[in-house]
Amino acid sequence: MSSYPTTWKRPPQIFTHRGWRIVIQAGFAVWLVLALATLDPNWARIAEGWTRGARFLAGFLQPDFTSRWGDISKGLVESLTMTLTSTVAGVIISVPIGIGAARNVSTPAIYMICRTIIAVSRSLQEIIIAIFFVAMFGFGPFAGFLTLSFATIGFLSKLLAEDIEDIDEAQAEAVRATGASWLQMINYAIQPQVMPRLIGLSLYRLDINFRESAVIGIVGAGGIGATLNTAIDRYEYDSAGAIILIIILLVMVAEYGSSYIRKRLQ
Amino acid sequence: MTDPAYPEIWRRRTARQTLLIWAGWFFLVALTVWCWQLMTRDTIWAFVSDAPVQAADIGSRMWPPRLSYMSELWGPLWDTLNMATLGTILGVILAVPVAFLAARNTTPSALILRPVALFIIVASRSINSLIWALLLVAIMGPGLLAGVIAIGLRSIGFIGKLLYEAIEEVDSAPVEAVTATGASHAQILDYAIVPQVQPAFWGITVFRWDINIRESAILGLVGAGGLGLKLQSSLNVLAWPQVTMILIVILATVIMSEWVSARVRRAII
Repeated sequence: MSSYPTTWKRPPQIFTHRGWRIVIQAGFAVWLVLALATLDPNWARIAEGWTRGARFLAGFLQPDFTSRWGDISKGLVESLTMTLTSTVAGVIISVPIGIGAARNVSTPAIYMICRTIIAVSRSLQEIIIAIFFVAMFGFGPFAGFLTLSFATIGFLSKLLAEDIEDIDEAQAEAVRATGASWLQMINYAIQPQVMPRLIGLSLYRLDINFRESAVIGIVGAGGIGATLNTAIDRYEYDSAGAIILIIILLVMVAEYGSSYIRKRLQ
Repeated sequence: MTDPAYPEIWRRRTARQTLLIWAGWFFLVALTVWCWQLMTRDTIWAFVSDAPVQAADIGSRMWPPRLSYMSELWGPLWDTLNMATLGTILGVILAVPVAFLAARNTTPSALILRPVALFIIVASRSINSLIWALLLVAIMGPGLLAGVIAIGLRSIGFIGKLLYEAIEEVDSAPVEAVTATGASHAQILDYAIVPQVQPAFWGITVFRWDINIRESAILGLVGAGGLGLKLQSSLNVLAWPQVTMILIVILATVIMSEWVSARVRRAII
């Protein structure tokens, strides 16, 4: 009887060897100490900042929509128009790229080209693209429109290509057996299968593009982000609170709206 | 042969449905055109037509990258990695309780606490880390700490959402079995729910860490330290060869972190 332990301990799952566990835990502890040492907080500055933090919180609870409403509405209109036009443009460009990047309907050469475009678009952050587009096209929402369209291509093409690769092959074969051309095959066998998902993904991307449009204004690409940046720079926390509340509200509307439409589609 | 009940040509939709769909598309096109006009009202087209020249100019200035600048980048790179990792740890610490409060099967009060937890998740997700950093830098002053907290606050939404969905999907049989032994609430969590969501938890954490590496690389643009700070200062003095070097370092870091996170997730799930 005594050989049975009275308490049960869950055996480790990832690193089963005891030595490795000790090495990894010790390494983690050393790193944590080093990393926390690099933080170097400026306590005097933080103490000073507390009053600002409190003012921001107060501004958030008593948002001021009126005194900067001109700037806010201008930023909002820029953000919303930028979001819609860039999503539409992004979808129009990403459909052919997505078809080209699907292995089962494309040739190897086109497949490689499209996959490269997708990889480039996905590996560059929106902010970095926005910096370059602002340098090239000047300040304003046009640079933001281009940035968001470019970022949409990577996201939509990749997911669309994966969706096309996952389709039911039987239907494509049936259409091909009638002597259909490649375009007819895409139109009658592929398109009906992926359309609901494409619409769902576009709505999801609309949602993401709005969130991003609130950020790229910080580097000069127009939209509500620019207004927010100005409000924070001027320490007008009541206006900043109002803008952030508007962003949260719009994101929630976009999220619930798009998930409702997506549910209706399926 | 021609039975009047069966039309000669097969149609997928009735005339009414077709009309509605056309109207929907027409509305979308009209809305897009209208938005386009509204958006480009203030655009200076001379700048736009000039863009290829500008792009060629910047491109020629950017090449070749200033390799010697690398010696100044090791410190910021280390800062960026630390910011992302500490931020992820902070995010996890904050997100786990929120996730348990938000999951329908573990929340102590579905009426009050669950909506509060869901609001925290939505609020954290809808504000980009750059905006969090902007605010925190204004409050706490520039530095890594503001970046770490920004990353942490931003991560709550992502980790919280995915984790509470994982908690809601647990198999109820082990929960019932542990409940039948007369276990307390804490013991049910510890023995029936936590082991089931643990693989999902590590997967989500590593995934978020990967995203946070990307985000922390640019947080310096608003003063939160790391590689972005160097990027900002190089952009300000138009030192394009340095910008190229920084972008190469960011790209390499992102690819490395993606590789690590893919490996770890494959090992867990």
